[in-house]
Amino acid sequence: MSFCLNFPLFLLVGSLLSAVLSCALEKNAARILCMALTITSFAANLVIGIYTYRTGQNYTYLMGHYPHPWGNELRIGLTEALFSAAFSLILFLTLLGARKTLIQRVQQDKGRFYYCMCDLVQAALLALVYTNDLFTGYVFIEICTLSSCGILMIRENGKTILASVRYMIFSLIGSGLFLLGVIFLYGITGHLLMPNLRESIAGLSADGTYALPLLASMCLIVTGLSVKSGLFPFHIWMADTYGAAIPGSSGILSGLVSKGYSFLLIKIIFDVFGTDVFYASGIHNVVFALGGLGVIVGSVSAIRENNVLRMCAYSSAAQIGYIYMGLGLSPVLGMEAALFQILAHAFTKPALFLSAGYLTDSMGGAKKFRNLTGAAHVNPAAGAFFAFGAFSMIGLPLTMGFIVKYLFGAAAFESTHLKLIPTLLVLAVSTVLNTVYFARAILHFYTKNPNPDVYSKVRVREQKTYILSASVFAALNLFFGIFAKPLIDILAGALSVF
Amino acid sequence: MLQALWNNRIEVAAVILFAVGLTTLLLHKNLLKKIIGLNIMDTAGYLFLTSLGYIEGRLAPIITDGSTDPERYVNPLPAGLVLTGIVVSVSVTAVMLALTLRLYRRYHTLNLDEIYKMVHREQEEEP
Repeated sequence: MSFCLNFPLFLLVGSLLSAVLSCALEKNAARILCMALTITSFAANLVIGIYTYRTGQNYTYLMGHYPHPWGNELRIGLTEALFSAAFSLILFLTLLGARKTLIQRVQQDKGRFYYCMCDLVQAALLALVYTNDLFTGYVFIEICTLSSCGILMIRENGKTILASVRYMIFSLIGSGLFLLGVIFLYGITGHLLMPNLRESIAGLSADGTYALPLLASMCLIVTGLSVKSGLFPFHIWMADTYGAAIPGSSGILSGLVSKGYSFLLIKIIFDVFGTDVFYASGIHNVVFALGGLGVIVGSVSAIRENNVLRMCAYSSAAQIGYIYMGLGLSPVLGMEAALFQILAHAFTKPALFLSAGYLTDSMGGAKKFRNLTGAAHVNPAAGAFFAFGAFSMIGLPLTMGFIVKYLFGAAAFESTHLKLIPTLLVLAVSTVLNTVYFARAILHFYTKNPNPDVYSKVRVREQKTYILSASVFAALNLFFGIFAKPLIDILAGALSVF
Repeated sequence: MLQALWNNRIEVAAVILFAVGLTTLLLHKNLLKKIIGLNIMDTAGYLFLTSLGYIEGRLAPIITDGSTDPERYVNPLPAGLVLTGIVVSVSVTAVMLALTLRLYRRYHTLNLDEIYKMVHREQEEEP
């Protein structure tokens, strides 16, 4: 059983090697390799999860058996195993569902590069979750940026290239700030490994030395990662990016890549700064306020949008706001809500983007609502899955979205009075706003088209893989929406040993 | 105050360079200048990092005369980090330049605002 301790390293090296190998393979072989990699990663992480659940402890993996401060380390606990398993499964399902749109939209000879980039995204996400070293974190943040830019610009039209440029500029500002923060931390502590950093930071904060550089580095790291994950007011790149990319890429970018950065931030708060130091600094109040504003502003922008993909993009901005709101709310219940929100959104958004993509395809590529009237009659499966995703986003009971709102409510009552009312207000207002824009979309899709014979009805066998992937997404969403207690317990237990 | 600034002149220079790079990246309309700003910003980070590892009067951490006394050499770790960082910024610059080239071939300008206007027009015409 202890052999499974090596799995994280195997997965990282395997993902990087597959990326290199994919460049030399045919498109189909590259696809099979990538799918096999993601599903293997899912299974391996489940095994690691079971192992860490049984032992009840995290373990540190020394790369090349060099002890600190020379070596590079991975650290895996139940949270890490759970999140990397979820990320791998979501990547697998998204690629499965996006296959048809990929065939249509990507040049035949470029297909293998798409899967190469997906392998790199997988490697970067795993490394962001596993790493125990801040500088390794920085390197994989950049790998994640470059590979997500790759899956974005695979479709070669002006809109996508411009979106890639804007995405890169924002991402690079974010990683520049993160790097500067890491250098500050290294300057005042002399460490890059998370446990050493945490020890030194606890000492520094206890005797008050280097208070300003410590605060500055905290601000830089938090700002850097929130720019990259698209927290308000840095969300302006989102609509162009997710609206221009092919549906599979939008799903991966909003469902996984931005979540990887948020997870890394949570890990840094726990393992580098320590919750005591972080929540004494006051930064969490700013993060809370920006998160709450992001939820409202994202939802209002979504209402004003008349393009279905851009509407989903603004909805992502709002959902990212939730994560940061939870992070700023409180160290225990708020954090739990934020972690649950990461999973809930990651299980919902890719399916929503895929469904929106299939709906627009079945209406001849139309993206504006007025041209999508009756789309759900033309493509009933995509319409139904879109509606289900929308229900989860709104937070109807039995879906994961409902549990998120419940957890935020519970966390609000645990926090200070100053945050109780704003949190409840944001929850209430955003639920109403979400209902407004998703209801409008669903009503458009289900209204009878005045000329019903223009588009021929899409049959099930034309989109088998999409229906399979969207059903698994929906089933998982329902499952964790109904049996949320075990997952919440695991998250709470994992947070206590984070 | 001035004495403190003078003592940390390399760090001060690095912070000024970082600010110059960041403003260029954010405010310039020309894509190539944005990329130059990005590189200035990265370089500022590397200057800062290198200056952390440098100790006045010590040698580069390469053993030439068999002496393994750590007191003789500067800290090699920041230099290693800077090398990694340079690799990262080279690849990022390459991707950005490739994207710029593609945009230029399509729209015949490097002004991001004008490209944005043209793309917006294209987008309005979509169904």
